[in-house]
Amino acid sequence: MADDSDQRDLILILARDLTSRLATAAFVVDADGTLAYFNEAAEPVLGASYAETGELPAGGWASEWDPRNLDGTPVPLEALPLGIAFREGRPAHMPLCIRGGDGMDRTIEVTAFPLCARADQILGAIAIFWERPSGS
Amino acid sequence: MRATIWGCRGTLASPGPETVRYGGQTSCIAIDSDEDSLLILDAGTGIRPLGMSLDGRRPKRVDLLITHLHTDHIEGLRFFGPFWDPDVEFRIWGPPAPTKNLEQRLAPFFSPPFFPVHMRNVPSRPTFREVPEEPWTIGSMTVSASLVKHPGPAVGYRLEDGGHALAYLPDHEPGLGTDLTAVTDRWISGLGIARNADLLIHDGQYTLGEYHERVGWGHSSTPDAVTFAERAHAGRLVLFHHDPLHSDDDLEAILSEAERLATSITVELGHEGRVFEL
Repeated sequence: MADDSDQRDLILILARDLTSRLATAAFVVDADGTLAYFNEAAEPVLGASYAETGELPAGGWASEWDPRNLDGTPVPLEALPLGIAFREGRPAHMPLCIRGGDGMDRTIEVTAFPLCARADQILGAIAIFWERPSGS
Repeated sequence: MRATIWGCRGTLASPGPETVRYGGQTSCIAIDSDEDSLLILDAGTGIRPLGMSLDGRRPKRVDLLITHLHTDHIEGLRFFGPFWDPDVEFRIWGPPAPTKNLEQRLAPFFSPPFFPVHMRNVPSRPTFREVPEEPWTIGSMTVSASLVKHPGPAVGYRLEDGGHALAYLPDHEPGLGTDLTAVTDRWISGLGIARNADLLIHDGQYTLGEYHERVGWGHSSTPDAVTFAERAHAGRLVLFHHDPLHSDDDLEAILSEAERLATSITVELGHEGRVFEL
């Protein structure tokens, strides 16, 4: 609403404030799919810190962690839970294999949902995720 | 641009001997634009004496910019003369909400049992407009709005005219969940509309001690108001939305603290009748 394209939408500011206080790993993207923030709880799962990665464009983060199906086939951005959430405006869930910034492979469960201030306006999305216990 | 404060009390109108210097009327600021129109920020009880001050002058158009629908920002509207004038074009602007539109959210307040007259029967037949995402013009004024941190949908406004800018964020808690000294500008609620404003009228309801007991209530502590204003590089900070429990003496103690904290801005307390020329 303001003439300031640099200002983050309040919904994203609140999403960052909320996730920064959660012990659940969380990842926030804006309406363009740009990685806006991930919290400290996400760092051991992603093998990287937000301070290191900063903001990443949609194509950047989608390849950064090399997401794959459990059978090892790559998952494109549009099929990732976050991709579905911010592009299609609906929640999605999926188990994924990722390679962390520390080089470790991990199997995670991801649930993403869109951030909509109004029904017709997607401002971004949040994914929460957790590492599957080994052997499950 | 000429802005006049008609009410700067927060939460609840608080007339009495302890509030005579700064006033007890709730939020309302009039912006002079031209002879035939009125631009008003919020419709707290201060809008009633504003209407009385018109002394027979009948504006052709009134644009009322409401920051949010909490009672202290709308309660005076029912007693504002031009609202009852069938010859006035009355436009009410306010924040969008996820479900009901602005009229649907305001109308119950103007209906029995809260009020004897239904909104649909108000003689000026007001129209309702949710603030657009992009700046728009009202007369010679360019207006911007941005959602800000406060319970429920709430916006702050920026008015620009003749190269000068006034930012109005009467109910705002930018420090909620955010260390205002530790994040970049784009992650601070409201900073986009306050940036480089000549005059920033901002929530300063609580002392720091009070704020610790009221986190999440939607209002600022003195240090957060000053920090926000300095991050915005505002020219002058006017502390606004005074707590109804604060006497004039309490407010002056808050001002002293704000002046002690401020390093790059001028601070003052909003008071009824204060006129700003920009």
